[in-house]
Amino acid sequence: MFPEYDVIVVGAGHAGCEAAHAAASMGSTVLLVTMNMHTIAQMSCNPAMGGVAKGQIVREIDALGGMSGIISDKTMLQFRMLNRSKGPAMWSPRCQSDRNQFATEWRYTLEQNKNIDFWQEMVTGLIIENDQVKGVTTPLGLKIKSKSVVLTNGTFLNGIIHIGEKNFGGGRVGERASSGITEQLVQIGFEAGRMKTGTPPRVDERSIDFSKMEEQLGDENPEKFSYTDTPHLTKQRSCWISYTNTAVHDELRKGFDKSPMFNGRIQGLGPRYCPSVEDKINRFADKDSHQIFLEPEGWNTVEMYVNGFSTSLPEDIQYNALRKIPGFENVKMFRPGYAIEYDYFPPTQLNLNLETKLVSGLFFAGQINGTTGYEEAASQGLMAGINAHNKVNNKEEFILKRNEAYIGVLIDDLINKGTEEPYRMFTSRAEFRTLLRQDNADIRLTPKSHKIGLASYSRLERVNTKIQNSLNIYNELENLKLEPEEINAKLDENLSSKIKQNITAFQLLKRPELTLNILRSFSPKVQDLLKNYDQESILQTEIQVKYERYIEKELVLAEKMTKLEDLKINPDYDYSSLNSLSIEARLKLAKIKPQTLGQASRISGVNPSDISVLMVHLGR
Amino acid sequence: MPEQQECICALATAPGIGAIAIIRVSGKNAIGITNEFFVGKDLNKVASHTVHFGIFRGADKDIDEVLLSVFKAPHSFTKEDSVEISCHGSSFIIQAIMQTLVKNGCRMAQPGEFTQRAFLNGRFDLVQAEAVADLIHADSEVAHRTAFNQLRGGFSDLLAQLREELIHFASLVELELDFGEEDVEFADRDDLRQLIFKIQQQIEQLLNSFESGNAMKEGIPVAIIGQPNVGKSTLLNALFKEEKAIVTDVAGTTRDTIEDTLVLGGYKFRFIDTAGIRETTDKVEKIGIEKSKNALNKAEIVLCLYDEGIEKVFLQNEFAEELSKRKVFWIKNKVDLQEPAEATTDLRISAKNGTGIKELEKQLEKAASEKITGSTILTNLRHFELLSKTNDALNEVLNGLDTGITGDFLAQDIRLSLFHLGELTGTISTDDLLKNIFGKFCIGK
Repeated sequence: MFPEYDVIVVGAGHAGCEAAHAAASMGSTVLLVTMNMHTIAQMSCNPAMGGVAKGQIVREIDALGGMSGIISDKTMLQFRMLNRSKGPAMWSPRCQSDRNQFATEWRYTLEQNKNIDFWQEMVTGLIIENDQVKGVTTPLGLKIKSKSVVLTNGTFLNGIIHIGEKNFGGGRVGERASSGITEQLVQIGFEAGRMKTGTPPRVDERSIDFSKMEEQLGDENPEKFSYTDTPHLTKQRSCWISYTNTAVHDELRKGFDKSPMFNGRIQGLGPRYCPSVEDKINRFADKDSHQIFLEPEGWNTVEMYVNGFSTSLPEDIQYNALRKIPGFENVKMFRPGYAIEYDYFPPTQLNLNLETKLVSGLFFAGQINGTTGYEEAASQGLMAGINAHNKVNNKEEFILKRNEAYIGVLIDDLINKGTEEPYRMFTSRAEFRTLLRQDNADIRLTPKSHKIGLASYSRLERVNTKIQNSLNIYNELENLKLEPEEINAKLDENLSSKIKQNITAFQLLKRPELTLNILRSFSPKVQDLLKNYDQESILQTEIQVKYERYIEKELVLAEKMTKLEDLKINPDYDYSSLNSLSIEARLKLAKIKPQTLGQASRISGVNPSDISVLMVHLGR
Repeated sequence: MPEQQECICALATAPGIGAIAIIRVSGKNAIGITNEFFVGKDLNKVASHTVHFGIFRGADKDIDEVLLSVFKAPHSFTKEDSVEISCHGSSFIIQAIMQTLVKNGCRMAQPGEFTQRAFLNGRFDLVQAEAVADLIHADSEVAHRTAFNQLRGGFSDLLAQLREELIHFASLVELELDFGEEDVEFADRDDLRQLIFKIQQQIEQLLNSFESGNAMKEGIPVAIIGQPNVGKSTLLNALFKEEKAIVTDVAGTTRDTIEDTLVLGGYKFRFIDTAGIRETTDKVEKIGIEKSKNALNKAEIVLCLYDEGIEKVFLQNEFAEELSKRKVFWIKNKVDLQEPAEATTDLRISAKNGTGIKELEKQLEKAASEKITGSTILTNLRHFELLSKTNDALNEVLNGLDTGITGDFLAQDIRLSLFHLGELTGTISTDDLLKNIFGKFCIGK
């Protein structure tokens, strides 16, 4: 019934979809196996993509030729560039999505790719021969052959859903859990753990009194995620903000004795930065108000998502508490919030290409690696898809470095440090975030992706034009002299101090209060210079000029770091014989099997003196 | 040939006093930087593997006569451009040369860094490399221990406190960056400024204690006390071998304290000659006594000069507390005028005819070497450098606050200061920051 596939992708969430798309686009034959064809690319939690650090990841996925950006652009109902008031490295795109359209668009996109086949069934086992994956098995008794397998099981592996004192098996509410894979992998030597996450209740828009809430509008000139020609938003929907109060907290506390979080029924560790509302009022008892965001779930639905109110308290407690929130007095609930526990595999068991160390050809991506978030999952899926394809074709691993992409930071952190709680990206995790901006993801990554055969030639051409344009603008600005009599009146108007002698437009642009768009508005010379260039190239130049000092500074630091990154070490080196290493370092190094000295230096428990020893011992 | 790494320097010979010391300089522009301070041949023009005699000149004065060995990349130990400076083995000279280099584009090498570079640049094969592995390991462990053990009291406590405050400060800024969309309190810029001022004040205090209090630079303060006319000024003149203080046989002649420095065996001493101490009603002399007491408080070594046993008892009683905290030499003077005395461990000298002065000098050198071991000098300089860098980065933060740059750029310099401080206190990772954020603030939708 089935041919032997190059890649089988198990699971069709954000990770699975990107994995299937990437491998298939590069030329692999792919089978996407999902338990339910109707829930391909479901947004299980909030109807939104992007955000601080996450938005940068979506831009990176797009620059690499992934689809999350394009699909978000096509299905968004609100767009905001967060952190606009901060430096360009902090600008973070975020959109509210139409949940249904997002899923439909993804499925349609995958269906357009002739290299992708679909199969709806649970995968309950892997075919493994001689430490090499050979395919998957299903409850129907099918043995589907493949050269590689990408597991993206999300929260489905032995998932247990908790609502108050009730709990039942499931991977999402209303959907079955999956079993078999964890047990098989543990048997052959994998280490597995449990994690926990949660989601808030969904409510009826018609029951909300918006007059008591603050409106949060989309940006006036909405941008988008993709570097390609995707549509711009023309109309948007608003989100709404309200606040909890002591009355809400009192209602919630009534259910604490029935909370699976507090009575120990939930074992897995939840994320500290995305706590349930009961966790917030419990841990921060002195804070008597928390922010609540009410977000639309789509263009054509009255269902709304109560962001900030994730909970696993009994449904009646949820209901009573919600009704104490201003605007929610008459609220009708569609679905209660719940917590879910699921299996994950500590990611230190992977190589940097996301392939497991124990089984060749077996790749993991998404929540199975202990991460949380659509963007984190999608980016891992993309990387796993690329690397599965490369593996099957005996091509080099595709690995991004920490100074090249947030995706590089993400995977490097996972592989070297592991994670005890669901891992979410923050800009503070990136030591070179000034370099990892949303405006230059294409410059950083598209050429690399084109080289391995994923990003199209037209994407590459676009980037090259952008680079050339901004270089031209940069040089022209340096040569453009402006005279005092020409611009002083306008400078004054723009609260910028007057000039005494001729100054180049380049120098003027360094002033924090001035932008190229302001300069062109009053200087015909600048206007003339810029008129042949697109806004994206202009902005790119502006960032290069204005923030040159900071960018240079990070480049110098990054260069220092890469010196160690370039020193390859044999992953199978026998560390046990190195008595000058600390015992902890020996154990950790043997477990992680770092590929470079730089990677070794980031493993927790390996200290600088261990690195010095390694440096001397591991000659080339 | 790959581009060379930043220039580093370190003492290559064993720390302490020796006839000759060698300072090794290696990396980008090693020859150029050295050349700036070398009065002699233009090193940029000399051939590799040549030795040159000249003067190493500091910012304002000549430091020492030196021999420079020039090695051009890749024909050196590190395969980088290198200079070996052979100077006289005094700690002061070594310190002065290295400080000059560090202030002009060089940085202190990390333990084992020359070897690391040699290895990185392919100088070693595995067999040679293994031979030095244990050495490097030992180096860094010692470096780590000395960082905390050999410091003056309270220094590590202070550092730990600075670290805490900086982490708190950094997490406030990071919080604002990563969770700006959420309902969090923001870092008040004025509070941040105050915090930095406070941190800088402490850092500057530490830096000053290295710079001005640094015995190598200023000399170890030595006070001479004793009753009027016991021969303090004569002793001073004997040590300096010239007439420093006015010597008369009228008691109480020296009314102003006299300070001057003297180098003995590579160590620098700052001598404080003091007016005599005795109960008096003479107004001028009373002021002199006050000054003497002040001098005593500033001193690290005290020479207690007495003639008769009763004077010793007086000093012992009068200054019991001050003396208990300092290295004290009891010196019986005017032995030339007396009969051989009773058995005592006190030094016996005659300041007037020079008896016992050599022995006193020897004792002083010994005391100095106990106070300042070679490795402490290095550690200090390294700490000085790291604290300076921390301070520079904090200055950048302040600049940033003044010009109103955004949090992400403030964070860049804060991170840099944390990084430098981290080299003293142990690394501070972003995990530390996140842990602090999650522990202190309620965030997350």
